[in-house]
Amino acid sequence: MPRDKETLLRKFHQAKWDEQIIFEMSVPGERGILVPQAGEEISAIIGDGLSVIPDQLRRKTPPALPEVAQARVLRHFMRLSQETMGADVNIDIGEGTCTMKYSPKVQEHLAARHPGMTAIHPLQDDETMQGILEIYYRLEQFLKEISGLDYFCFQPGGGSQAVFLNACLVRAYHADRGDHERDEIITTIFSHPVNAAAPATAGYKVITLMPDENGYPTLEALKEALSERTAGIFITNPEDTGIYNPEIAEFVKAAHDAGALCSYDQANANGLLGVTRAREAGFDLCHFNLHKTFSAPHGCMGPAMGAVGVRSELAGFLPVPRVEFDGQGYYLDYNRPQSIGRVRSFFGNTPLALKTYTWIMQHGAEGLREVAECAVLNNNYMDKKIREIPGVVVYYAKDERRLEQVRYSWEKLKEDTGVDTEDVERRMADYGLQHYFTSHHPQVVPEPFTPEPCDSYSKDDIDEFVAVLRQISREAYEEPDLVKNAPHHSTIHMVQNPLIFELEKIATTWRQAKKKGLV
Amino acid sequence: MKKLGVIVNPIAGLGGRVGLKGSDSLDIINKARQMGARPESPRRTVEALKLILKQKNQTQVITYPAEMGEEECLAAGFEPEVIGSIISGGTTPEDTQTAAREMACAGVSLILFAGGDGTARNIYDAIGDKVPVLGIPAGVKIHSAVYAVTPRNAGEVAAMFLQGRLKKLREAEVMDIDEQAFREGVVSARLYGYLRVPEESRYIQHAKSRGALSGEETLQGIAADVIAGMKEDDSYYIIGPGTTTRAVMERLGLKNTLLGVDVVRRRALVASDVSENQLLDIVKDHQAKIIVTVIGGQGYLFGRGNQQISPRVIQQVGKKNIVIIATKEKLISLSGRPLLVDTGDEELNKQLSSYMRVTTGFKDYVMYRVGY
Repeated sequence: MPRDKETLLRKFHQAKWDEQIIFEMSVPGERGILVPQAGEEISAIIGDGLSVIPDQLRRKTPPALPEVAQARVLRHFMRLSQETMGADVNIDIGEGTCTMKYSPKVQEHLAARHPGMTAIHPLQDDETMQGILEIYYRLEQFLKEISGLDYFCFQPGGGSQAVFLNACLVRAYHADRGDHERDEIITTIFSHPVNAAAPATAGYKVITLMPDENGYPTLEALKEALSERTAGIFITNPEDTGIYNPEIAEFVKAAHDAGALCSYDQANANGLLGVTRAREAGFDLCHFNLHKTFSAPHGCMGPAMGAVGVRSELAGFLPVPRVEFDGQGYYLDYNRPQSIGRVRSFFGNTPLALKTYTWIMQHGAEGLREVAECAVLNNNYMDKKIREIPGVVVYYAKDERRLEQVRYSWEKLKEDTGVDTEDVERRMADYGLQHYFTSHHPQVVPEPFTPEPCDSYSKDDIDEFVAVLRQISREAYEEPDLVKNAPHHSTIHMVQNPLIFELEKIATTWRQAKKKGLV
Repeated sequence: MKKLGVIVNPIAGLGGRVGLKGSDSLDIINKARQMGARPESPRRTVEALKLILKQKNQTQVITYPAEMGEEECLAAGFEPEVIGSIISGGTTPEDTQTAAREMACAGVSLILFAGGDGTARNIYDAIGDKVPVLGIPAGVKIHSAVYAVTPRNAGEVAAMFLQGRLKKLREAEVMDIDEQAFREGVVSARLYGYLRVPEESRYIQHAKSRGALSGEETLQGIAADVIAGMKEDDSYYIIGPGTTTRAVMERLGLKNTLLGVDVVRRRALVASDVSENQLLDIVKDHQAKIIVTVIGGQGYLFGRGNQQISPRVIQQVGKKNIVIIATKEKLISLSGRPLLVDTGDEELNKQLSSYMRVTTGFKDYVMYRVGY
């Protein structure tokens, strides 16, 4: 039976497998692949290949890995995949700030199958991997144009590592000037929290600005926080609320006047692509999550790439190696005496650079701007519809247009019906949509949810997504227990939320689970 | 079978609607009744109890007669066990105290009570922190942090606690102001002590925020940051009351006065539970720093429960030597309202009103507005 034409709602039921954990499936001696022995010709040159491993590095006992044959491994992971809801299965609008756009499959095919990608090794001679080096080089030129900054680095394995790199670059910059007193970073509570976390990891003290009643961080608070101890300000704009700070120029100026650098979190640049640039906004550093805005794709903790951009004053401190072009060919440059070193081995997650390059080439300059325009249009279309749903409130910046996302609140729904944002979130799964993103912690907006209908989604997609929210709101007012006990058509039923705060009941590895007596 | 105690202060909130600011004395109660006031607590209690009704078969409800709980329990659909005796229409704070004591003896897992600051005080006086409690807000003044945000939330948290879904308990402030003085326009609040309430930050006090770290981890971070600042510092540290400041003392391994002010120097205790005069003696000739936290649900920094740290003490120490400590969740729970100062000195209040730095964790700070 097809989707209901009137309500746009689906009759959905998720697959539910009583699947074991792969460690439990282990049968001693069972194998997926029997690794062939090296032939005589090879052995004659390299020996047995094992005796070169130093004794101290050699395991005394084999690792306790599951022993499972290919067919069972395949079935296992296919079943698990049926119990999840990825971007290729559902309308992935709910994961705001993540920019879950469609990633054309051709990119995946190139990255996964092209021998120029699958058969290269980072220790090869530069001359034998000119193709990927050229892609790195050209991608850098693209991002320079997009941001207005002077140099890019593709080493960080994600957005958090990119911000960490930016914090290291800020530190190197001040240290190089002999300024060792600057040990504070300023951020805002609605910036992505990594702008606090990564500088803290780099050893900085972090000062956070809170929103005023309109949701903006105030210039007055910033000026009170700035001092000769400030190394930099690390902010996202538009913030995670989708609100663009109209005083950003004054923020940047105040920071520069205090001798601090300004780092622009553009992990999600979907509202700005081709419209504004970090350089014109006065920033010294920025970063893009190529797996968000540039469709590489966003892989839920999978391989990612945070591209860091800097002004020329900071170029000397960038990690090594850098991809350079000498007029004839591309090469890796390790000779950079001021470099902070590395934040990751070799030159990062190469497939993501390829996918980003492919995506930009498919769009062209005008296409990139159109991406931002579609994203903002989509969001404002959806915003109008969501605001009409009973129980939804929108905090801050009244009558101001949001950019690529909005942070909504179910506060009224909770007051009226007792149904909170987590209840709604779980109920989404019953209509074939994956759970949505509420907000980062601490939750400043009560009972939050933050959808982001980026450029990939059609009017029909958005209408279906909104129809589900509207339906759940109706259910909350008419039959709250239905929502509170959701999901009903899913793989696992309600997981009591306070339970996951009990650390002794959380295990992220099989070994830990055994140790804690959970299995 | 879990036992739940239910106590209703039948006159809580009586004065509010008619503008009498509380119901602590018999005169006021009579005056309020003459003005046509109706108590808020019965309706609110029923509203909360209805959310526990689903666990009726797993819960034994013990309550006090007539308007002190029996009527509300029946109205909500429970068949309660009624203990004690009262004079209906003439209940007193002593009845609340006796009820709390008897329920504690009966071994209840939780006392759900409806009232205001005075009711919380009565229960605190009777049983201290022996039994977990939770307040249904019904009073005119609620400075205490033992109350849920709404009656519905109180019911939800009580239900979760009885089901075993919430296990952790948190110490929450019992505050009260002098009603007589309050009617005369003077707010004089005291921190009476701490009751233990189920920890569910979304429903109780920290209504609108939730942190990724547990309260305890955050407190340890804050304490570590304050103590890091004490290194090679000869200043006297004036430690205000509260559980947040207590974390500093505990981390230093020092005896702490929860409701009073202690003084520390070079990480050693100099004086306990000091008065204003003792503080003035110390700060007269010495460098000092004041460590304060936000007291109660209203966001007060000075003037509620820490009056020993008087305007003269604060002026002597200097604004730049005030170290404010609080969790981010507590700041967020103020919904954008400023931290408040009511030192008793208008000029000083004005001086303190600005953006100040609040220590919210280890090497972690928030700029927050202070007002009065």
